[in-house]
Amino acid sequence: MTDQALLDKVLAFAPGKVAVEEYVNTYPALRVEADALHDLARFLKENEETDFDYLMCLSGVDWGANLGVVYHLRSTRHGHVLVLKTQTPERITPTIDTISDLWVGAEFHEREVYDMFGIRFTNHPDMRRIFMSDKWMGFPLRKDYQASNPLHLETEGAYEDEGIRKLASGKGKDETFIINFGPQHPSTHGVLRLVITLEGENVDQVQPHCGYIHRGIEKMCEHLTYQQIVHLTDRMDYLSAHINNEAVCLCVEKALQVEVPLRAQYIRTIMDELTRVASHLLFWTSFGMDLGATTCFFYSMRERDHILDIFEETCGARLVLSYVCPGGVMYDLHPNFQRRVKDFIREMRRRLPEYHRLLSGNVIFQGRSRNIGVLSHENAVSFGVTGPSGRASGWHCDVRKQDPYHVYSQVDFQEAIRTEGDVFARYMLRMDELETSLNIIEQLIDQIPSGDYAAKMKPVIRVPEGEYYQRVETARGDLGVWLVSQGDKFPYRLKFRSPGFSTLAALPHLCHGFKIADLIAISGSLDFVIPDIDR
Amino acid sequence: MMPTDFKDNEALEQLRESGTNVVLTTVSDLVSWGRANSLWPLMFATSCCGIEIMAAGAARTDFSRFGIEVYRSSPRQADLMVVAGTIVHKMAPVLKRLYDQMADPKYVVAMGNCAISGGPFRDSYHVVNGIEDIIPVDVYIPGCPVRPEALLYGIMQLQRKIKVSYSLPLGKKEEDK
Ligand code: SF4
Repeated sequence: MTDQALLDKVLAFAPGKVAVEEYVNTYPALRVEADALHDLARFLKENEETDFDYLMCLSGVDWGANLGVVYHLRSTRHGHVLVLKTQTPERITPTIDTISDLWVGAEFHEREVYDMFGIRFTNHPDMRRIFMSDKWMGFPLRKDYQASNPLHLETEGAYEDEGIRKLASGKGKDETFIINFGPQHPSTHGVLRLVITLEGENVDQVQPHCGYIHRGIEKMCEHLTYQQIVHLTDRMDYLSAHINNEAVCLCVEKALQVEVPLRAQYIRTIMDELTRVASHLLFWTSFGMDLGATTCFFYSMRERDHILDIFEETCGARLVLSYVCPGGVMYDLHPNFQRRVKDFIREMRRRLPEYHRLLSGNVIFQGRSRNIGVLSHENAVSFGVTGPSGRASGWHCDVRKQDPYHVYSQVDFQEAIRTEGDVFARYMLRMDELETSLNIIEQLIDQIPSGDYAAKMKPVIRVPEGEYYQRVETARGDLGVWLVSQGDKFPYRLKFRSPGFSTLAALPHLCHGFKIADLIAISGSLDFVIPDIDR
Repeated sequence: MMPTDFKDNEALEQLRESGTNVVLTTVSDLVSWGRANSLWPLMFATSCCGIEIMAAGAARTDFSRFGIEVYRSSPRQADLMVVAGTIVHKMAPVLKRLYDQMADPKYVVAMGNCAISGGPFRDSYHVVNGIEDIIPVDVYIPGCPVRPEALLYGIMQLQRKIKVSYSLPLGKKEEDK
């Protein structure tokens, strides 16, 4: 359906309640009255022609007089996108109907909006704060947030937490007990905290508690220039640092309609794929270690060091690169770049079979990962589990194919897909992607055109008024950047739709009924980076 | 007895003649030396800098050369806490609790700008501006992220510090008390 036909259809559904947004916007956008939202959302999801089954992004925003919620919907079948914008009538006790009954993944996103803006979602199953502790005063992302919250050092008692009280109540059976997992635990890959109820050895419910590394990046961005913001983004998902940088730069470039020189696009694409390889290598390490295979660590870190050397020679940094800037890249390539990348590809190709011999074929490993934590295609879409984890459930969600940026449209590559949806499939999919990435790099490395490595940009970038959305494929999935600009040198609102956050929402669903040891395998296979979840 | 008390070499010569190897030290020094070379760190990393700890443990920089490879998951078994990464308000009580659970003697290394001062996130509403507000710090290692080499250097500074400290109350000099 064309954008216009889509808009007409929606306007006809709820006349008087919906209006087309005149603002500059990447996607067709509609303004919806708050009371008509739920019905319209249901219609859009269930109608065959619209079929919006993927809730791409759900963000809150403070418009001054009132608060708003913005929904980015996408149809996996038709590929079209629609933005719904709604507003609360006032800001003292703002409420909006939940849509978590339609898209399960919305549950977490709505809790985030509640935490940051104080909008209550009626009929939401679990309306609690998600990042900040229950005692936190004020809602940080509101523009008038001034509350001072002193540092508390006393540890909270378990039952002071509303969520844990909820878990504990209504459980009458003797065998049920609640255990705490994290935030300091070697298998959580950072500071994730899970509160788990167990029936014997079987997992009943899992309640993720986030916010132990919530750094308030979105709020900080509202007081930083676009060049400065780039440096914060790589600290979110530090394993895909380069790709995160790009997301913001691409969004700014899209808004300014800057033509990025071809050379820069090639460089960015190659660096993207190198980052992806490095990230998947680290996944291999940590996943192997989670399941008790310590040797993996030494093998993949050795190869990863080669990539880091290339990064270091190119831009001076190993991990958080900040090599991209709006308009291109910061510096030109080092003369050694091509040679070293080619050496690396040769080396990596030689090593990959060794990796498979070490881990993939191992009987114990297979026993612990096959048919564990199965995620169906339908649930993957509904939760918004993108990236390798989504593709392992048979969902074609690779942004590099769906919404190609840079030179991905000119590269010949196959989107890796598996359909089993279990832990083993998620693992193997990442191994497949290693090869895909090497192929992509190989196609590009000899073709890098000469020319400028960055377009000329003004030292102070003012993004024209409007709302822009940009998606990129990080090593963890679909990273979305939603930028609202009012023509200033700072963004009015910058929202990161982080892949890990949606994936985490699926974890309780995946673990239900499995053994506690499988929980480690499942959460390992989802490849979390916690600062990416918490931002 | 202090080393300076060995004014008379006769005793030493007798020992030597009977085939004994003699090393002169104090018990305190010996203990400090042992402590410095078998630091067991706590596995504790909140964000990006933690990845560089992993890299420091890998084959290239291999920190087991310095006796710090036995990473413990429980604070009760650890002597050294390398605070790698940003500490936010919600994490601060946890950090303090972990520190309190470690047995003496215990040491803290603040790794990365975030742990030192809040780093790039200093202005944020939820970030602690330096962990010294919460726990005492022995060595600060700046960097964002800290390179593995820098981490090794920092920990070697800590080892130097441990080696010159008096580890037993017996060995304490009067003025130190
Ligand atoms: S100092 Fe830099 S690299 Fe280290 S945790 Fe902080 S932001 Fe990350």
